[in-house]
Amino acid sequence: MSAMEHGEPAEPAAPAEPAEPAAPASPAKPARRGRGGPRSKTMIGLYLAAPYVVYLIIVYAVPIIQGFRISVLDYVYAAPGASVPQPFVGLKNYREALSDPLLRRSFLNILEFLAINVPLTVILGMTLAAVLAKLSRMKTFFRSAFFVPYVTASIAVIGVWYFLFSQGGLMDHVLGSWAPNPSWLVNSKLAMVVIALEVTWKQLGFYVLLYLAGVLLIPDSLYEAASIDGAGPVRQFRAITMPALRNITILVTTLALIVGANLFAEPYLLTGGGGPNGATMSPALLIYQKGVEQGEPGVGAAIGILLTLFILLVAGAGAGARRLVQAREAA
Amino acid sequence: MARMRTFTAALTALTCTALTLAGCSSGGGGGGQARSGPIKIWYSNNAQEVSWGKATVALWNKAHPSEQVSGEQIPAGSSSEEVITAAIAAGNAPCLVFNGSPSAISGWVKQGGLVPLNDFPDGVSYIQGRTGATVASEYKSSDGKYYQLPWKSNPVMIFYNKDMFKAAGLDPDHPALSTYADFEAAAQKLVGSGVAQYAIAPAPTNEFYQNWYDYYPLYIAQSGGQPLVANGKATFDDAAGQAVADFWAGVYAKNQAPKEKYNGDAFVDKKAAMAIVGPWAIATYAGKVNWGAVPVPTSTGMPADQIHTFADSKTVSVFTACKNRQSAWDFLKFATDQANDGTLLSMTGQMPLRTDLPTTYASYFSANPEYTLFAQQASRTVEVPNVANGVTMWQDFRNGYLKSVVFGQQPTSQWLHSAASTVVSDIGK
Repeated sequence: MSAMEHGEPAEPAAPAEPAEPAAPASPAKPARRGRGGPRSKTMIGLYLAAPYVVYLIIVYAVPIIQGFRISVLDYVYAAPGASVPQPFVGLKNYREALSDPLLRRSFLNILEFLAINVPLTVILGMTLAAVLAKLSRMKTFFRSAFFVPYVTASIAVIGVWYFLFSQGGLMDHVLGSWAPNPSWLVNSKLAMVVIALEVTWKQLGFYVLLYLAGVLLIPDSLYEAASIDGAGPVRQFRAITMPALRNITILVTTLALIVGANLFAEPYLLTGGGGPNGATMSPALLIYQKGVEQGEPGVGAAIGILLTLFILLVAGAGAGARRLVQAREAA
Repeated sequence: MARMRTFTAALTALTCTALTLAGCSSGGGGGGQARSGPIKIWYSNNAQEVSWGKATVALWNKAHPSEQVSGEQIPAGSSSEEVITAAIAAGNAPCLVFNGSPSAISGWVKQGGLVPLNDFPDGVSYIQGRTGATVASEYKSSDGKYYQLPWKSNPVMIFYNKDMFKAAGLDPDHPALSTYADFEAAAQKLVGSGVAQYAIAPAPTNEFYQNWYDYYPLYIAQSGGQPLVANGKATFDDAAGQAVADFWAGVYAKNQAPKEKYNGDAFVDKKAAMAIVGPWAIATYAGKVNWGAVPVPTSTGMPADQIHTFADSKTVSVFTACKNRQSAWDFLKFATDQANDGTLLSMTGQMPLRTDLPTTYASYFSANPEYTLFAQQASRTVEVPNVANGVTMWQDFRNGYLKSVVFGQQPTSQWLHSAASTVVSDIGK
């Protein structure tokens, strides 16, 4: 539970004045109080936050607004100085995007991806963090080992997975006649599963780190008390570790949803640009194909806006479900 | 409170500035005079063309001290079309790019990135005189203007590995590959004997241009020289288109071609016994593959001298970002004159798009007889149709092809029928 939840104020209501022996009638006193008052602190806070606000505006707000603007225009990447008409077309780009069966397929693919990736990330992340926290030897080695894929370039990781799952690759050799036919990456039922596993494995180190930070904050005394009461490791994990990591799980789930919904590199590189019959096509890859490769920035931008709404919807649904569970628990 | 207002005002001003900047889609000046001066050009990044580019630029610079040309390889990207599209939008395109793709021209014209070569007094006469009016007309845009100079072609043919053919018991010097049945029998022998993992390995990926190296050359041959689109209508939803689709579907169904992307060149790595490609690839086969080449097959085994194929040509355009356009045009004529076309041929093995190719460079072809076949084929080539939204059209065609032909998830006749209406809708947008 955070300090805020304990009812502690965010900042002291009346900061203690420094012990100055000066006479109360000193003329400088009111001015000093003015500079150190709540309004002055608000101003300092605003000034300190300003660079980040500027960053947010330039890096996020402007592209989103520009993306929306492009999505309602017959937009062309015009040469500077060229007189190219870019008329307002209303929702035409959205209609065109939504009428494309590949777009519907891409959103379904992402749902399939998230259904594998997010639960696996949460379960493996939490479990591994709990195990890593208990290790007494080779802690640093294992913590680094899980983090290595995360900091390795995607192209290198994808190369390794291609070696494992390509036709005639290591997995096919290991499985022999049990190997799937068509092979993993050209199998419309398995290609997205392989990608979901690859992404989970690659990102896991980061999420383990988040969970580990949470696990290390749980007081040992709780485990000791539970142990005295006869709780085994599984019971301790369920009764102490999992509830204590609830806020981190919310963070991990939200991050995994956002990162997963923007899936691009793996379908592009591992399955040759969308897999068999679009089985691994993702909305982000479709944005690239439409907006960059095919010179239809309006349609690409419309898909981008739809993807943003989709992420908000999925993340919002997750938040709603959590609130519901918390409300039931409180009741 | 005053400071708060100042802060809010500053933030608002900053936001407005950012939004105004975001709202700017174009601005500045392009500079449109046909004047002379230094220029920048881009050429392809394969070793042979880089050598040709450097030699040609050096020759020009020696004779034109006030119109120096700086040549660079086209910047790296997933495709040169993407790089050029981005350069046009950014306003930093060079004066000339010796690597234009006819399928991308309509998009670049729409961007306002290309100068019509008709603007130069001798523009049309030079293009038609060099390439021939009939062939040149394929490269004309819908407004009747030339935005590209047809530069060179790479007639797509079937390359085969003579050593692998011999090992599989096939005639390495005169292989029977002219009909679909011949091809199928050879493929069965090559794969069945274990000599090759695959008979042929066109990329089964979904880049928009991949059909230029599997379906399209065979369709052109089977149809007697039809482009994919003619007079605003799809041509392929017919018996010829069906025959080609069924041929490739059979190859994939029998696992004679991979359904998965091969990282590398399967022909060079001897994983595939055949390749479908143009003569530009010969340089990469030198010392690695004992190759031979034959025209692409047709269902009935059309005589070789009647077979058409995909040109896979490259064109050169003058970009609107260029200030010294007269120098750009003069350099373009210099780089594509008879002498420099001869240098291109001898250094790269690629066929300049000239009317008189076999006779003009007769000595080259007698010294390099393996290229004669390509020179003969170069007179019977067809390019991608010069239509609006060409890339979108090819992408939709590719998506359907993969689903139906490569992965067998839709009957080929159904795909051809729906692709024909999609193509018409794409080019009519």
